[in-house]
Amino acid sequence: MGEMQIRPLTLNFGPQHPAAHGVLRLVLEMDGEVIQRADPHVGLLHRGTEKLIEQKTYLQALPYFDRLDYVSPMNQEHVWALAIESALQIEVPRRAQLIRVMFCEIGRILNHLLNLTTFAIDVGAMTPLLWGFEEREHLMEFCERASGARLHAAYFRPGGVHQDIPDGLAEDILNWCDKFPNFITDLETLLTDNRIFKQRTVDIGVLSADNALALGMSGPVIRASGLAWDLRKSNPYDAYDEMRFDIPVGKTGDCYARYLVRVEEMKQSLSIIKQAIHKMEPGPVLAQNNKITPPRRGDMKMSMESLIHHFKIYTEGFHVPASESYTAVEAPKGEFGVYLVSDGSNKPYRCKIRAPGYFFMAAVDEMSRGHMLADSVAIIGSLDVVFGEIDR
Amino acid sequence: MKTADITNSEMNISNAEEFFEASATQILANLAERVPSINRQLVYRCELNKLISVLKLMKANESLDFSQLSDLTAVDYPSRIQRFELVYQLLSVTHNRRIRIICAIDEGQIVPSATGVYKSAEWPEREVWDMYGLFFSDHPDLRRLLTDYGFEGHPLRKDFPLTGYVEVRYDDMDRRVAYQPVQLTQEYRDFDFLSPWEGDQELVHSSLNAEAENEENAKKNGGS
Repeated sequence: MGEMQIRPLTLNFGPQHPAAHGVLRLVLEMDGEVIQRADPHVGLLHRGTEKLIEQKTYLQALPYFDRLDYVSPMNQEHVWALAIESALQIEVPRRAQLIRVMFCEIGRILNHLLNLTTFAIDVGAMTPLLWGFEEREHLMEFCERASGARLHAAYFRPGGVHQDIPDGLAEDILNWCDKFPNFITDLETLLTDNRIFKQRTVDIGVLSADNALALGMSGPVIRASGLAWDLRKSNPYDAYDEMRFDIPVGKTGDCYARYLVRVEEMKQSLSIIKQAIHKMEPGPVLAQNNKITPPRRGDMKMSMESLIHHFKIYTEGFHVPASESYTAVEAPKGEFGVYLVSDGSNKPYRCKIRAPGYFFMAAVDEMSRGHMLADSVAIIGSLDVVFGEIDR
Repeated sequence: MKTADITNSEMNISNAEEFFEASATQILANLAERVPSINRQLVYRCELNKLISVLKLMKANESLDFSQLSDLTAVDYPSRIQRFELVYQLLSVTHNRRIRIICAIDEGQIVPSATGVYKSAEWPEREVWDMYGLFFSDHPDLRRLLTDYGFEGHPLRKDFPLTGYVEVRYDDMDRRVAYQPVQLTQEYRDFDFLSPWEGDQELVHSSLNAEAENEENAKKNGGS
């Protein structure tokens, strides 16, 4: 028998696969069960967000940010609000800053709950998902009470937040903060020392700190690789400079370290939520600037000027002076940035959204080479990808 | 006592920032030029043939140490002679600084790929090729990234219509997805609110500009 050419087996993973965390088509070249090359085909959820934002006023563009990473919507709105505020040079009232910090951390827990539990189900543990989604429901109720929407809140606005939180919400969140540590303990008893979970995650998808930097990683992924880099500490925005919290750092940079970092981050987020609530004092929640922030409904009944301002803000919108800037926040998944170019008109000239998951997905090829097929699922699960923000 | 301490530390921070900015400008002296920006962001402009050496220097120089390319994108200015701008966002985690390199290029000019310097440039460059049609040389795998298989055109160019050219539907007879020219029940209307008058926008703008010019001239004449 002569020499034979063996072609590697090509395996199509997705685009409709529960472990693909959305619409990912991953074309894998396999040698037996070992991955030789992974080629992610993304863009199946591409909605042209950046093109659409160029056609909308600054305020109309805000809800698009909810729909990027739909697991933690308010964190995305935050970067848009900050970008506009820095271009317009407006101050945000302190109460609004604290409310934003509180909801950003709620968003972080929302995100980590979803990621950790779906990660667990990817590697075979069913129960965390059922428990975790119950907790997420509580958190989404808090979002609903503040903004009227469980997910797509459109709550953070340039200059503050849309409306004050209702009476009793802060107390309920504090009560929930007291109960939630029990859930984390339960989650950890299920997973942290679980033999099967560790077999599936320890030493899988190892990233060194240098490699993580080179690949554009950020957030929990880069912290799991041992780099204490957190934009909330290094470039504090809103009221984060007053908050006391620690940055959890992993040592090994594998899937298991990424899991541990996220669990610890949830505990830190709880502490930040409590601090933000304790610091809150009554006051305005939206900057008092009639040309940028809309008037209260009550004022519009009495004042002609308010009515005109309301009409102008919701039709023409406000104008942002010609400038270009890059603003980034520490979203739950990592560095979420906006490169905003304004030309002085009422619409953004160019808005580039820098999503953390985009770079995670780009690194899947490098991280999964040489691993078994089942490990690719663990790697994707541990990276925390959501296709809303990758495809944009 | 306490307030004095705070102002001292703040001064130190601003001194360190100024020192960093000065050293960056010095290191990039012959390669790139600093341009002003808001919020003290570091922005440099460079020419296309110097782009890769600038990026290499940014990464290799220890007093800069920009170890991460956090984003790469392009902006389209159809009215300019050099139509596109490439924008590189770099991050130094050791110095906690960001820098932005902007490079103006013409349509059809070939850009050297940054993947040799920063691995993370691979997907953003594919995206720029997809969205703007800018070609990168030496890129390992320059395919379209976000648009559909077989897509034509570069959607983020300003002359690409928002609604696109084709729409898809599922064809029951053929049992497959079918493409057809886009059909709108109502034409897309873009209100820019710059003038209360609807109609030929070019005419409106030119008349507005003429008015502004007249006013300026009147001011000048009045002043002299």
